[in-house]
Amino acid sequence: MIEVDAVIIGGGIVGASAALFLSQAGRRVALLERDFCGSHSSGVNYGGVRRQGRPLSQLPLSQRAHEIWHQLPQLIGIDGEYQRSGHLKLARSAADLQALHDYAAASQGFGLDLQLLDRTALRARFPWVGTVAVGASLCPEDGHANPRLVSPAFAQAARRQGAQVHEQCAVSHVEHEGQRFVVRTATDLTFHAPWLLNCAGAWASQFAAQFGEAVPMHTGHPAMLVTEPLPLVMDASTGVEGGGIYARQVSRGNCVLGGGQGFALDAARARPGQNAVLDILRQAVELYPFLQGAQAIRTWSGTEGYLPDRQPVIGHSSTQPGLLHAFGFAGAGFQIGPAVGQALTEIICSGASSTPLDAFSITRFHSIPVA
Amino acid sequence: MKPITIIGAGPAGIRAAQTLVAHGLYPVLLDEAARGGGQIYRRQPANFKRPPDKLYGFEAHKANAIHQALDQLRGQLDYRPDTLVWNAEAGLLDTLHAGRADRLEYAGVIVATGATDRVLPVPGWTLPGVYSLGAAQIALKFQGCAIGERVVFAGSGPLLYLVAYQYARAGANVIAVLDSSPFSAQVRALPDLLVQPTTLAKGLYYRAWLTTHGIAVHQGASLARVEGERRVQSLAWRNASGEHTLDCDAVAFAHGLRSETQLADLLGCEFAWNILNRAWLPQRDRAGRSSVPGIYLAGDGAGIMGADAAELAGERAALALLEDLGYATDPQRCTQLEQALERIGRFREGLERAFAFPEHWAADAADQLMICRCEEVSAGDIRRVVNEGHWEINRVKAHCRVGMGRCQGRMCGAAAAEIIACESGRAIASIGRLRAQAPIKPVPFGLEVEP
Repeated sequence: MIEVDAVIIGGGIVGASAALFLSQAGRRVALLERDFCGSHSSGVNYGGVRRQGRPLSQLPLSQRAHEIWHQLPQLIGIDGEYQRSGHLKLARSAADLQALHDYAAASQGFGLDLQLLDRTALRARFPWVGTVAVGASLCPEDGHANPRLVSPAFAQAARRQGAQVHEQCAVSHVEHEGQRFVVRTATDLTFHAPWLLNCAGAWASQFAAQFGEAVPMHTGHPAMLVTEPLPLVMDASTGVEGGGIYARQVSRGNCVLGGGQGFALDAARARPGQNAVLDILRQAVELYPFLQGAQAIRTWSGTEGYLPDRQPVIGHSSTQPGLLHAFGFAGAGFQIGPAVGQALTEIICSGASSTPLDAFSITRFHSIPVA
Repeated sequence: MKPITIIGAGPAGIRAAQTLVAHGLYPVLLDEAARGGGQIYRRQPANFKRPPDKLYGFEAHKANAIHQALDQLRGQLDYRPDTLVWNAEAGLLDTLHAGRADRLEYAGVIVATGATDRVLPVPGWTLPGVYSLGAAQIALKFQGCAIGERVVFAGSGPLLYLVAYQYARAGANVIAVLDSSPFSAQVRALPDLLVQPTTLAKGLYYRAWLTTHGIAVHQGASLARVEGERRVQSLAWRNASGEHTLDCDAVAFAHGLRSETQLADLLGCEFAWNILNRAWLPQRDRAGRSSVPGIYLAGDGAGIMGADAAELAGERAALALLEDLGYATDPQRCTQLEQALERIGRFREGLERAFAFPEHWAADAADQLMICRCEEVSAGDIRRVVNEGHWEINRVKAHCRVGMGRCQGRMCGAAAAEIIACESGRAIASIGRLRAQAPIKPVPFGLEVEP
């Protein structure tokens, strides 16, 4: 039996950053990961570190994360290939461009410093963007990083800070015994703790359901691919208004592209669908003509949790004191994850998050029947 | 109706096709090469006129038979050369032919994807002029080119002597053959090798021929490094008596073959560690049935057994598929094939003893040795990640990019696994299996897609 202050289920970027910040605050933490820390969505996502385009309700947390990312090497010991390249959101029609203008107006005051580019300005500033784009919105301080390196590094940093990190350690049983949680693992470990953090990503709903607050979460599998190294062309991470293909180029020269959905191989593994891969290969050249003839060398996908409103659940359980949820990031948890870990730490250490979390309460699903 | 599809037109694939056609089926035969025959019986371009015995030596009649078998099947099957299968998913194969992506629904698949060289890097292996043994052989068979004028062959495996012999016969100046296996190992392996006396005899013949033609054959001799400014100029090798150098302008090396298993992986086949092959292989029964109904495995792509076994296994897998579809097949023939495969299996065990894997390679590899040339990952880079606590090969890949490049670990995966196992102190079988990811080989942006 291991006595800790908090048990965290899930070694993704949310759980691992919570483990790091709680340990920094002197709390005894056990981080339990079924597979390897940062090996699922947190480690295999596109790698966008982006505030632009998020719902306004996420912007305070996202802005907070922006500050954390600024300190990344001091925090986790590596730069994680993080660069503030700028995030360029492209519009393919006048209506899409108008939507970018509307978002820029609505998000004023959140510190994004968006710059709207018309066709001429876009062409002048980013000549590698295809003529299919009629304008864009640039968030100069957004950027991208390597999730394969960053997310596991949060868990490593937590370990260095004194957290117990248990990998290949699936949780087999969870209950609350009146005073504390009892958590047992498939590896025959038992933990006792007054706090339990459900950061189990696409697999979090089972733990919520166990405490009587099931949520209508479904899994999704974003399709990704990467090219062989190419001459450095893209000086911003990109996305498209209304969805579609997103792309960035790493300093080694490889372009990482995402778009469309893959499929689940089983509960834990996914592959990009052939349709999604072919769509990217065909359509990306419209947006990024320099890719014509370049070779895609690898494709992949992951398993991510989506709630109907595509907003995460973050904060207190409504049924079980001491239980905190943080899951359902809908493919956009990488940038915001460290701030969520910090907010959860504040709840435990000082009673409340200094960043508002009301929009992410699990109670918003209480009236929705779960299939 | 969805067709039965064979992937790979080497000895296994062609015999499988022939068997299916003989039972009245009209299969699809997909092959990446422009002409059938596989790597072993690779055909020269149509306008080249070298006679078969020049190209294939002792194996000319087998090569001829395989080529003729394919030629005679024309019109009775849907043969699609120059076609890469780059992905498999949900009953569909994704193909690429002449810049066009297409998709093929299948009722059953015989996977006959063949093998490539197993490469254990040495310092200097990325210099121009360094080839794998298989590549050196292809240059000769396909284009009538030698890889250099003064060539050294190194490593181990039956291909070592065969390629050296073929080069010398073709008029190349073979400076030396460096066999990393000691002579004693080959003597100990003799009882199993005698199961296939003619194959053994050929092996001995190549070696004797090399010696009588004044070509130095060293045993227990390992390639230490390849040196040169812009291309190969010399190499260093070691044996019990110390280090030696040789001037040369080309080197071909490999330590046996490794199966091309990516497609079987994408098709969902279960894998198991195979001690003999020192590799993860898709599981199959004696007839070639994989763990997935409708998916059959044959030839070197399912475990290295050589071309003769590939022919038998291709036929046997096709018969298994026919049996499973309810066709009447000849049970005696099935038994015959299985028995013949078993005999070759014993011979194969002898070969493995004769050309033993150099167990010390990983421990001897210097930190600066480049393991993954696509992503420029050194042995030291891999060791650093292992020393951070990682030991599972896919996690090590995620942290240092080994196996993440153009070849997707097809060339560097075996060597990377050896380094990880050695550094983590784990058995080679217990560091996990490098998962296959589409595309099996690169596919281009802007391709056309068949509607």
